[in-house]
Order: sequence, then structure tokens, then C-alpha cells
Amino acid sequence: MCLAIPAMVVELCGKDEALVDLDGVRKRISLAMVDDVAVGDYVIVHVGFALQKLDVGEAEATLALLREIARAQQAAGEAGPAELP
Amino acid sequence: MKYVDDFRDGTVARALGAAIRAGARPDREYRLMEFCGGHTHAISRYGIADLLPPQVRLVHGPGCPVCVLPVGRIDQAIRLALEHGVILCTYGDTLRVPASGRLSLLRAKGRGADVRMVYSPLDALQVARANPAREVVFLAIGFETTTPPTAVAVKQARAEGLGNFSLLCNHVLTPAAMHAILAAPGGVRLDGFVGPAHVSTVIGSAPYEPFARDHGKPVVIAGFEPLDVMRAIQMLIRQIDDGRAEVENEFTRAVTAEGNRKAQALVAEVFELRDAFEWRGLGTVPASALRLRPAFAGFDAEARFAVPAVPVPDHRACECAAILRGEKRPQECRIFGTACTPDNPVGSCMVSSEGACAAHYTYGRFRVEAAPTETTRT
Amino acid sequence: MRLPHSHPLDLEHGRIDLSHGAGGRAMAQLIEDLFARELGNEFLAQGDDGARLPACTGPLVMATDAHVVSPLFFPGGDIGCLSVHGTINDVAVMGAQPLYLAASFVLEEGLPLAGLARIVASMAAAARAAGVPVVTGDTKVVERGKADGVFITTTGVGVRLAGIDVSGANARPGDAVLVSGPLGDHGMAIMSVRENLAFDAPIVSDTAALHGLIADLLAAAPDVRVLRDPTRGGLAATLNEIAHQSGVGIVLDEAAIPVRPAVAAACELLGLDPLDIASEGRLIAICPAAGAERALAALRAHPLGTEAVRIGEVIADERRFVQMKTRFGGRRMVDWLAGDALPRIC
Repeated sequence: MCLAIPAMVVELCGKDEALVDLDGVRKRISLAMVDDVAVGDYVIVHVGFALQKLDVGEAEATLALLREIARAQQAAGEAGPAELP
Repeated sequence: MKYVDDFRDGTVARALGAAIRAGARPDREYRLMEFCGGHTHAISRYGIADLLPPQVRLVHGPGCPVCVLPVGRIDQAIRLALEHGVILCTYGDTLRVPASGRLSLLRAKGRGADVRMVYSPLDALQVARANPAREVVFLAIGFETTTPPTAVAVKQARAEGLGNFSLLCNHVLTPAAMHAILAAPGGVRLDGFVGPAHVSTVIGSAPYEPFARDHGKPVVIAGFEPLDVMRAIQMLIRQIDDGRAEVENEFTRAVTAEGNRKAQALVAEVFELRDAFEWRGLGTVPASALRLRPAFAGFDAEARFAVPAVPVPDHRACECAAILRGEKRPQECRIFGTACTPDNPVGSCMVSSEGACAAHYTYGRFRVEAAPTETTRT
Repeated sequence: MRLPHSHPLDLEHGRIDLSHGAGGRAMAQLIEDLFARELGNEFLAQGDDGARLPACTGPLVMATDAHVVSPLFFPGGDIGCLSVHGTINDVAVMGAQPLYLAASFVLEEGLPLAGLARIVASMAAAARAAGVPVVTGDTKVVERGKADGVFITTTGVGVRLAGIDVSGANARPGDAVLVSGPLGDHGMAIMSVRENLAFDAPIVSDTAALHGLIADLLAAAPDVRVLRDPTRGGLAATLNEIAHQSGVGIVLDEAAIPVRPAVAAACELLGLDPLDIASEGRLIAICPAAGAERALAALRAHPLGTEAVRIGEVIADERRFVQMKTRFGGRRMVDWLAGDALPRIC
């Protein structure tokens, strides 16, 4: 349910609107649900609206944790192929 | 795709799978319900079940707004279009949902109904602006994620004085459905919930506290990417083994305890609770859906047109109710894959690709049907 | 000798009206000044109800395809070139050299002549580039509202290449599955300009005539067993068709399947699976595993196949399932699409 995807804000246009970019795909969306969005921010897009800003610091922290768990598991010797990102 | 592909990394997933296999106790079963269709979809599409130990049993929940939409509500929309001549706007998801009399919105279109697919509720407003002489009804579905955009559209319609726009509101509430599952007569065997991703960006993590506190069921809110789901499963297993029942948040990059206050305020301004609402599969659930507030009654299609929702009983052989509660698996239903397929769905779980039955049929049925005669398979 | 037309065809502001299909002078003028001028060749010049063609050696292949597309013009092409490529490809994937095309037009009253002229010019250019002339044709006009601008049906005739036996029924366990390039460009290019979805994307249709690529492939690898172009329903539908026809299973390797980043991103935005999205200039080839590298090299040596890769293998499976090893090391089915590929929100 609730298909949504993070995209980067590349332009603020008019009242409560922004242009977002996802790997070259650009779409105009509404910012009516979020405050203080700036160019360069990532927002989570659902039915043409930004649902929420994506907290980049938290995203990186979660990724670091996932990779650490994976690394520790590899060190414990049970995982598959060697190179982790 | 930044912050998307990173959470789909297969190498990390395999190691994480190994960590889950190493960490889960071999002497017990973990029955975990992923409430959302988004999680069901990720689990099926990425083949996550193959990376988990056999004692982890994933139970697919009712969190797919298309699946839980009762036939009577689609009938209502079809009658609005066919009998009242309105332009019926809706999301692509609802177009193929089977209704009474072998109809669907798509088939009604073939009979002359003016049905238009929109990507956003704001597109429905645009249709209303472009067709001032026609009545335009937006068939709104969805959980807490999809409701605030509808609220914005209704407010915008009022601000513009768009008198030919109205809403057929089917917005439903996640915590109410989770309560209904846990309150099923005879109880339900679940050890924890993988909590909603995008619903939680709006409502926050706090509304899940009662499930942990009162029902003793741990909840881990998780993003919809496959690594998010796997990490949440690992966190749930830890809680269960530790004897804890807490609300934890894996999806910290988008979910806070309080959620999106601005979105909540928009919804509160435009909508109010319905006393009860019929869900496909779950039956009538108290305080589980929204309707327009009296101040917006002029935009309520149900008040504007005489088209009451007439309840339609589910097919007798259909096991959707038991499947939605996690009591049965799709393949345990007599009509699964025979009378009921994604092309001709009978039950609600077969309707959307996120439904438990459709996901199993589309992505997973090779697991349970007779194995192939292996000659060259590696 | 030219017919005595009172006014020249107004290709700038004119529109199709019912007289253009009524068999009178207006129709003759349209055919002469637009269709014949653009598509002109010795067979069309015969001016009869059909074309008299030279004898050809070898068994014939025939295919027909109705082209309806909205919008008529899209990034990377239009209905004109698409109607040439589509039928040439249907003939070519039969292991045949396409020779001639017939084209039938259904025009909607009110269609701007300027648009029609662009479409016919695009068709003519595509036919010339492919070396496959349109040798006969027909035009009908229907009232406004009874068609969507223009529908073009093309029929192609070709001659089977000697020693080649390709069919959707020929896949055998152990065979390799190859694809000539990234999937879904065409379908997503069209969606990007649909009125109700509009998004900007650096995506252009892959529409192309594949007979040259196929000829090169078959010359290098005559043991190729199956050729198909993954149009409607995308790779998923095409492979399911082949699995059913051949009575086999297919296992794909998700990590190997080429999809351009923008197409993948647009799919994410719309809730679609790239495996279900149409291509109009891509080739699926199935060949014995031993010859796979040779076939791949031949594909990559052609401009339309530079990004060719091996994406899976044929297995024995009485259930005729198409499966995929996911990037995660898990497995899933790749099923036919239920219904149409509709954008979804959940």
C-alpha cells in the first residue's frame, strides 16, 4: 500500500509546489503537507505530494548499521560472497 | 536511485539473512504479520522468504486499500458513473476491482461510463475545472498516507468554489484494522507486527503503543525496501526472544514519534470518524474510517447523489477473512488459483497485486505446486 | 497524368474531412499528393487495386499488425515509423527477410493534414531506411469521435531464410536467453507524454526495424531457436508465451536484466514493473548455451545490439513457469500481467 519514493527537490515553483528529480525523471509535486523544504532536500513522494522530508542523516545511519550487521555476520563466517559495499 | 537502491543491496541482504538465521531460536516459531501490502509486495518481489529460517512465518495483513474496499462501494461508484452520468475519477488501482454483476469500473467504461484514471487527487480537480458543466466525483481510497492529499484537494475545491466536484470517501484507518485483527473471536496467533512505513510517516509511531502495551505484541515500523523489512524482522525476533513488547522504529529516516503534524491537521480539518465501516474480509469495524465533516458536506458525493452503499456478501468458498487474520495461507483456500485468479479475482486478497493471494499467485506459487523435473536447473 | 484539382492540398491548416474517404477527387488528391508522393515506389506507381510483385524463392512469411497509439507523436518516434517497424519485426522474428509492406489507414474526420503529413513522411523514411517498400495501401475516413486521430494497419510479407528454423515452440532446457538491449524504453516514453501522467524524462522510444540485427545474428548463429520482440506485456509476457509454446520453464537472473535508470525510476514512480513494459526495438533470442557467446558477439557487433546480454536460461518444467533469481538470492515468479499495466498508488 501507499507507494511512495524518495526524490530530490531541484526547484521550488510557486506556492507549495516543487519540481523533484528521480534519476532524471522530473515531476511537479505539491508541498502542501510539508514545511521548510529547500532545493537539495529529499522528500518522499506519494500521489503527487511530498509526504515527509527524508532525514538524510538517519538514512545514512541506518545504512551504516545494516552494513555493519552484514560485516559482522561475514566475519562470523556464515555469509556468502566477500565484497560488501 | 539515491536512498532506494542502497536499501536493495543483495550482498547485505544475504549477510543479514544469515544473521537472522543465526539469531533465531530453532525451537520456536515466529509468526510475524506485515500489516501493509507494501511489505507483502517487497517480500514477494525480492524473494525474502528464501533468506529466512523456516521458523519465521510471515503472515500477510490487510493493509492494501484496494483489497479491503467492499464490493458495495465499487458498485456505488459504478452507479454514479452509469446512472448519474458523472465523470468518475480514481486511481489506476481501483479500475479492475470486480464489482457486482460482473462489472468493474473498467468494464463500466466499456458500457459508456466516463471513468478517468488520475495520478493525484489534484488531477481530479483539474478534470472538474475543465468540465464545468459536468459533475466530477473522485473515488478516494487509501489509508492515512493517501488521506491528507485528498484533504488538500477538498480544501482547494472549496477555496475555488468548484461546485461540480465531490468526493466518494473510502479512507480507512490502520490502527483500527490492527485492533480488529487482534480482537478476532478465538484470538489470533501472532507474535508481532512489522509496522506500516508510509502510514507511519503521517501518524507517527505513537499510535502503535497500545498494541505493545495492552496486547503484548511488539511492533517494528519498517520502510518498504527489502533491507528495511529484513532488519525489522531481525528486531522483532530479538524483542520476542527477550520477552519484550515495544514499539521500535526501523524507518527513522522518515518516521518520528509524532508523525507529520501538518498532514494530521489537514485531515482533522476536513474529515471526521465514521461510527463504523465495512471492510472486505474483516467485516464491519468500529471507528475505522473517515467521512467529510459537515462543513464540507457540499463536497460529499454520498450526500449529493442518492446512491447508498449496498453490502454484498463475499463468495461462500472464499477464505479471505481467515487469510487476512493470518489463520490460513492462500494455498489453503479451495478456490485459490482455480476459480480465483488475478485475472478473475473472487476474494479481496486476489484483487490487488499487494493482496496476500495475488502476491502468492504472481510471485510465489512455484514454491507449492509440484516441483519441476530438474535436469539442468542449477 | 495529374487530376484537375481546384485547390492544392492545404498541408498547413487543412484537416481531414469525410470527402477524403469518399472515393471522389478529394480522396484521389490526398492519395496522390500525400501518400504517393511520400511513399512512392515502382509498385505503388502501378496505380491498381493491388501490387503485382516479382516471384520470390523460398517459403513466405506474412504478418499483420494494427497500430493504435496515444499520443500519435512521442519522444523518439510516432505512429508512422512505429507501424513500419512493428510489422517488419513481426516478419523478421519468424526468421524471414521482410520484402514488402501493405498499409491501411483509418483517419478520423478533423485530423490535421499537417500531422498526417508528418506521420506519412516518417513512415516513408522508416520504410526507405529498412529497404522494405509500402507497395499497396488503403485509406478510410470515419466521423469525428469514431477513431483516435489515425489507426494504421500494416501487413508484411517476407521470405524465410534458408536453414533457419525459429519458433516460439523450439526452446529446449539448457538454452540461453539473450536480450538485445535495455527494456521498456518505448512504453515508458509513451507514458511520459500521456496527458494524465505527464512527467519529464530523458526517455526515448526504442522503436526500430530489427531485420538487419536478426540477419547478422542468424548468419553468425544459425542454431538460434526462438526470436521474439517483447512488445505489449513486455519481457514477462513474451517469455511466458515462449514457455507455454515450448512446454518449458525459464529462469531469469534479475541482476543481468538491462533497464535504463530513468525507466526504472519512472516505474518506481508509477508502481509498474519494467518487465511488463513494452519495447519496440528489442529482440529476445533463445539459443543453445554452447552458441550463446557467438550469438551475443553478433548482436553486440550491430548498432541496435550493442547492449545485448544474457539474462537467463531455459529449464525443464512441466508447469511452464517463468521464474527469476532475485538480486537478493531469493526466487520469484515472473507472471503474465493481470490486465493492463496501469499506474498504481498502492
